[in-house]
Amino acid sequence: MTLQQELAPISPAKLAVEEVSKTFRTGKREVHALDRVSLQVSEGEFVCLVGPSGCGKSTLLNIIAGLEQPDGGRILADGVPVSGPGRDRMVMFQEHALFPWLDVMGNLMFSLRLKPSLKDSERREVAMYYLHLVGLERFQNANIHELSGGMKQRIALARALAPNPKVLLMDEPFAALDALTREQLYGDIQRIWLERKKTIVFVTHNVREAACLGDRVVLFSPNPGRVQEEFKIDLPRLRDINSPELATYSTKIMRALKGHLAPQMEASE
Amino acid sequence: MKRFLTAVLFFSGLLLIWQVLYSLKLWSPVLVPAPLDVAGFIWDYTFNPGTALEPNEHQWELFGAAGITMKRLLVGYLIGLLAGIPVGMATARMRALRDTVGVLALGLQGLPSVCWVPLALLWFGQNESAMLFVVIMGTLWSVILATETGVRNVNPIYVRAALTMGSKRLHTLTKVILPASLPFIVSGMKQGWAFAWRSLMAAEIYVTILTGFGLGHLLHYGRELNAMEQVIGVMLVIVSIGVAADKILFSPWENFLHRRWGTSG
Repeated sequence: MTLQQELAPISPAKLAVEEVSKTFRTGKREVHALDRVSLQVSEGEFVCLVGPSGCGKSTLLNIIAGLEQPDGGRILADGVPVSGPGRDRMVMFQEHALFPWLDVMGNLMFSLRLKPSLKDSERREVAMYYLHLVGLERFQNANIHELSGGMKQRIALARALAPNPKVLLMDEPFAALDALTREQLYGDIQRIWLERKKTIVFVTHNVREAACLGDRVVLFSPNPGRVQEEFKIDLPRLRDINSPELATYSTKIMRALKGHLAPQMEASE
Repeated sequence: MKRFLTAVLFFSGLLLIWQVLYSLKLWSPVLVPAPLDVAGFIWDYTFNPGTALEPNEHQWELFGAAGITMKRLLVGYLIGLLAGIPVGMATARMRALRDTVGVLALGLQGLPSVCWVPLALLWFGQNESAMLFVVIMGTLWSVILATETGVRNVNPIYVRAALTMGSKRLHTLTKVILPASLPFIVSGMKQGWAFAWRSLMAAEIYVTILTGFGLGHLLHYGRELNAMEQVIGVMLVIVSIGVAADKILFSPWENFLHRRWGTSG
């Protein structure tokens, strides 16, 4: 494989979640995290999963990543059943998960070294391309602890993008950041999504964030985890999180979210 | 440079106090020799060639003894590390091993490693195998326990991240779990070194090892001959080896940990 081929955007994958169920047992309690959830994500689509905590959205992401096995149902990535983790589906976690024993370049090279088709000099070029994409090429030799929270997540994003996956799975990646840094990253992720053509599944509990980033927002309800409602966000990119049009969408989603929560609270009283 | 000067000043001061105490003749010179007498011993036992008529038969003796001791220590230590790290990783990963080998390691690590000396002498005799055995027993259990603790403290998210990048069993073990547990392993390495060093010295002092005279042997003979300058001279050499080992074997690792993990150093 040449460097040009490696750096070229590849056609993103479509994902199919088919009747996926998952139950956790903690002591005596059983938590029905996912109950026959089905979901289609088309090629190059940016889908946000929102819902209250415990609705199984992170579990679903882990199952798509292949890090957890469903009790029932299956995941198809480009028509092929998912049986374990794979480089075609990279994950970005809420904690940056960067390796502290490696510097920034070492972290990017870690994932690239697992791609056998490249030479080491080419891997370095690929790494520099993605560091440039997230605007941190000057920090290639920095140690992880020297970076700010936002920079760490940018490097984590670069590391996830470096193997050129078809699907990017993001599990509340911005939740631990301050508002200003987060707004910058909303811009970055939209720009990179347009440039690199990925299918993105993005988990968040922040409704406004979901409306800002997603082509589609999928609202989950808890106990058991199910898809409650879907919202199409018809707004041009790049979107500004503070725009009034966006507020209309997020208000609608928020109302649906609360509407689902309210009867449940009454029931528990 | 300033740190170096401070150190030089401090140790010169110690020497000066020693010299003053000697000059005051508070104690018999047999018990407190002059710093120069000790230096004289070190000179005679290493570099002094003697005269043509009377060659110095002790020339290089200190060197030879240090060599013999270091060889026992380094070979045994290396074996202890090479065995201890994989075993520690295995006990951390497999519950059955943790409940058996792990408990064994915990028990034997609590045993002062000098207690292995009588057993080693009876099993192997007064030879290199016994010394090697003592050093290995001093190193092994500490390294196993530290590695086990280190591996069990690895943040699982590192492994999950590596899995998504296509890392598999052996690769994950050597490229993720091993480096992630490095802070614990290095402290276990230091402890193992300290235990091995102490028990080896004890063994050499109290038992004549027929296959080679180490530093402990020289120290023992210093006492037999009532030669205090020899006792102190050998002690100084032992101290220097300890400092050198720390600087050469462990400082690079610790500096690496400080730099990468950002712990103060």
